[in-house]
Amino acid sequence: MNQEAPVITVSHIRKAFGSKVVLEDISLKVRKAETFGLLGPSGSGKTTLVRLLTGIDEADSGEVHVLGVKVPKLSLLSQIGYMAQSDALYSELSAKDNLEFFASLYGLRKEQRNKRIKEVMEIVNLEEHLRKKVNQYSGGMKRRLSLAIALLHEPPLLILDEPTVGIDPVLRMSIWRELKALNKRGTTIVLTTHVMDEAEKCDRLGMIREGRLLAEDTPANLLQATGSSSIEEAFLYYGGVRS
Amino acid sequence: MRIGALTLRILRQFIHDKRTMALMFVAPLLVLSLMSLVFGGETYKPNIGLTGQAAVLSKALTKHDAQIVKYSAEEEGTLALKNGEIDALISISGGTPKVILEGSNPTANRAVMQALEQAARDQQISGQAQAQARVSIQPQVSYLYGSADMKTIDRFGPIMIGVFVFFFVFLIAGVSFLRERTTGTLERLLATPLKRWEIVIGYVCGFGIFTVFQALLISWFSIQVLGIMMAGSFGYVMLITLLLSMTALTLGTLLSAYAGNELQMIQFIPLVIVPQIFLCGLFPLDTLPLWLQRVGYATPLYYGAEAMTNIMIRGKGWNAVATDVYLLITFSLVFMVLNVLALRKHRKM
Repeated sequence: MNQEAPVITVSHIRKAFGSKVVLEDISLKVRKAETFGLLGPSGSGKTTLVRLLTGIDEADSGEVHVLGVKVPKLSLLSQIGYMAQSDALYSELSAKDNLEFFASLYGLRKEQRNKRIKEVMEIVNLEEHLRKKVNQYSGGMKRRLSLAIALLHEPPLLILDEPTVGIDPVLRMSIWRELKALNKRGTTIVLTTHVMDEAEKCDRLGMIREGRLLAEDTPANLLQATGSSSIEEAFLYYGGVRS
Repeated sequence: MRIGALTLRILRQFIHDKRTMALMFVAPLLVLSLMSLVFGGETYKPNIGLTGQAAVLSKALTKHDAQIVKYSAEEEGTLALKNGEIDALISISGGTPKVILEGSNPTANRAVMQALEQAARDQQISGQAQAQARVSIQPQVSYLYGSADMKTIDRFGPIMIGVFVFFFVFLIAGVSFLRERTTGTLERLLATPLKRWEIVIGYVCGFGIFTVFQALLISWFSIQVLGIMMAGSFGYVMLITLLLSMTALTLGTLLSAYAGNELQMIQFIPLVIVPQIFLCGLFPLDTLPLWLQRVGYATPLYYGAEAMTNIMIRGKGWNAVATDVYLLITFSLVFMVLNVLALRKHRKM
């Protein structure tokens, strides 16, 4: 359905920290307005990969192109909404202070800023807690606030590292609904997860294990190709552990 | 059992944290050796200028460890005294020795007076034969700066203002920049289009506003409440205090890049702060080994302390502190540039 140029093209990247190879020969494409899931256990290299997509880190070899631009490129960062694995929030400040701070970094003007703050806090269902200090937030609330910050400047590309960890199922469902709505409006989403059943909600999946991309396809195709009844089974199949 | 397990765990943590371990053993040695060098140094040798007839005292004073400089005209000697080249100027007019002490450093004052007394005693002994030589041995003492009742705190005060400002700003700025990293907000900042130098400047501005008030408060408190001697202009004291904070701020944020946690930031105190305190001029540097003096000249606190002493005790103006001001600004700028480069570790662009 998408014949346009891919939003993200990763070709043959390799990344090592010291002598430890974290990513080896990874190539993948992310299409416009899809939700692309990176599925893999912790330590598989997911976070390193998304950091390479943003350009915070650089690959040792290989190339990453995002929105038609070769990464790393500073101006590209204003096109990306990034949510790190750890909640990077100023806990001594209120949620509003945090939102205002990041909104200013992305250059949102005052009226626009207030409007967006209201909108994103509604999306993550935290409107009543806007003036509360972040250190009074629960883990799940912090996660949602981080997501809200990533959405603030309406970026065409969202990169979310484990966005739904610690969020209760009801809210998780509403967040997924919101992500799908963003897709419909043309936003491309890349997210990482280690929760297998969540992976099924992605349009397409990349399975990562020990720094290698095992497979890249839609969940349905992955199930079919491996003759599995669950994503977990499919993962085991590609991981070389056949039951 | 549980205590044993706990002990083992702590030992293991220590072994993994080689720096903390090194600091526990090396830092006290470092500080102690510095102290012994500073306090156990040779006794201070005063530089005494002699003009006119006073030249006759030359031999006696040299015998008592004073370094003698002779001036043919009194004006020359006065100029040298003002420039801090000599600690005292002795002249004889009408048979009475006149001593002008530079005055800003009680240690130097004492050393001059001591040498003079000893020299006088020698002359009294040898002067048995020539009775009139001892007639007017009681010298007339006056002070160029300061006064006889200048207390040690007056001498240390201006420097300690600088020291405390430097110490606290260094620590607070360093720790807060470090937290930016440990809480992940730095990474988050680097995922925005914010440039590296903007982060550094942002910190300087944010803390800068805070340090203006701090400088104001500390200067006011020291002068008005503690009553530390103040001969110069309050504006200059503010300026120097502020520049010292800036240097401390930029150095603190720079060094926080090399600390893994708050404790490691604290570990910089004995390495970065304490040596500076010893070498900034609180104690006379002239008695130290040359290499250690040179280390002193490479520290920002040295210039801060020099300027503060010039303003508060000597009451000097812009010309006397201009060099220190420029140097402190240079230190800050260098630290800032290095910090921008150090942030490359986290994001190359």
